[in-house]
Amino acid sequence: MLFNFDSTDPIYTQVAEQVEAAILTQTYHEGQQIPSTTEISKYFHINPATVLKGFNLLVAKGLVEKKRGVGMFVSPGAYQRLIDHRRNEFYQLKIRPLIKEAQRLHFSEAALLDLIKRGFETND
Amino acid sequence: MTNVGIQVKQISKHYRHKDALKGVSLNFAPGKIYGLLGRNGAGKSTLLNIIANRIFPSSGDITFDGVTLNNNDQALGQCYLMSEVNLYPDGDRLERLFKNTELFYGSFDYDYAHRLARKFELDLHQKFGKLSTGYRSIFKLIVALASPARYVFFDEPVLGLDANHRELFYRELVDNYAKTNRTFVISTHLIEEIAAMVEHVFIIKSGELIVDDEVEHLLSQGYLITGTKADVQVYCQGMKVLGHENLGSLYGCYVLLGDDTLPTPPANITTERLDLQRLFVQLTNIDEEELDA
Repeated sequence: MLFNFDSTDPIYTQVAEQVEAAILTQTYHEGQQIPSTTEISKYFHINPATVLKGFNLLVAKGLVEKKRGVGMFVSPGAYQRLIDHRRNEFYQLKIRPLIKEAQRLHFSEAALLDLIKRGFETND
Repeated sequence: MTNVGIQVKQISKHYRHKDALKGVSLNFAPGKIYGLLGRNGAGKSTLLNIIANRIFPSSGDITFDGVTLNNNDQALGQCYLMSEVNLYPDGDRLERLFKNTELFYGSFDYDYAHRLARKFELDLHQKFGKLSTGYRSIFKLIVALASPARYVFFDEPVLGLDANHRELFYRELVDNYAKTNRTFVISTHLIEEIAAMVEHVFIIKSGELIVDDEVEHLLSQGYLITGTKADVQVYCQGMKVLGHENLGSLYGCYVLLGDDTLPTPPANITTERLDLQRLFVQLTNIDEEELDA
């Protein structure tokens, strides 16, 4: 597990974010059990209620589901659902700040597009 | 129902030259982890010692499930205060001190205490007086965790502990909490290390309670606003300003929002959330300009 709590975002959103990242990289496969709230809270010294709140976000998004008395599992279809979800957010969360920063650096639209193209070309 | 837990009501403590606590009121509910924060001399230990009946308040009252805590042995048997003060005779062996705890609290989890001692590599055949500062803390932590008290107060729990032992303690604390759902109150200067563990925070400044809030809520209110002085001052108008910083022409303003949300900042302003430690520093700083005046 590669949890890394270094931002000032609320901890419960970071917990959800980290599990999502693991689903996105398919570290946690669909149907696979994810660590329990106690395991995560113990390992990272996070209040169990906070971890649970993060898990509830994931349940609400349909990404994980609870099996009574067993634990939390990655839902079937979670990977695709997450991709759809992230695509919807991509413009607001990634493109807008990217353009804002590019403007601060006085890149023209054409220059920014060139950079993106370059990024695709060097991508292996 | 509202009487459940420990209720501190208008507690004041006056010493000859100092008001250590000035009318502090707060509640500890069952099954929560609290942080009790304050700078040196703010009154944290005084408050904890009053709750544990080690010293007595000048005025005010504390109740446990609605009944006064003063000289209430049954209630005091539900409270354990681990503090810097060494209450143990130097010549007593650690094993024996476990027994004393059992006598006072009615039970003691010996298996758990031995497991913890092994994890911390503490030899229980030693005499208390022979222990280093760090191992005195560790021993007291073990007693606190293995005691049956429903309310456990830690006053500077990790004093003298190395990073590995601190890490181990925090894990064991969370593990214990998950299993027993007791109330833990942690008073420490190492705020970053406990920030994610603590659900609710109290901050005491010069004997007065200045913050009584859920950590998540408190952190959603604190921001650092940076830009040029003129821009920042316009943007921060009407906000509660905790302090500011000047770095050349860059101006930073620490604000606490109350229950408002942060208005969308213009392009020339950056805003960032604060972590608990930075917010604590701003909330408890002495105003430098006041000192200069």
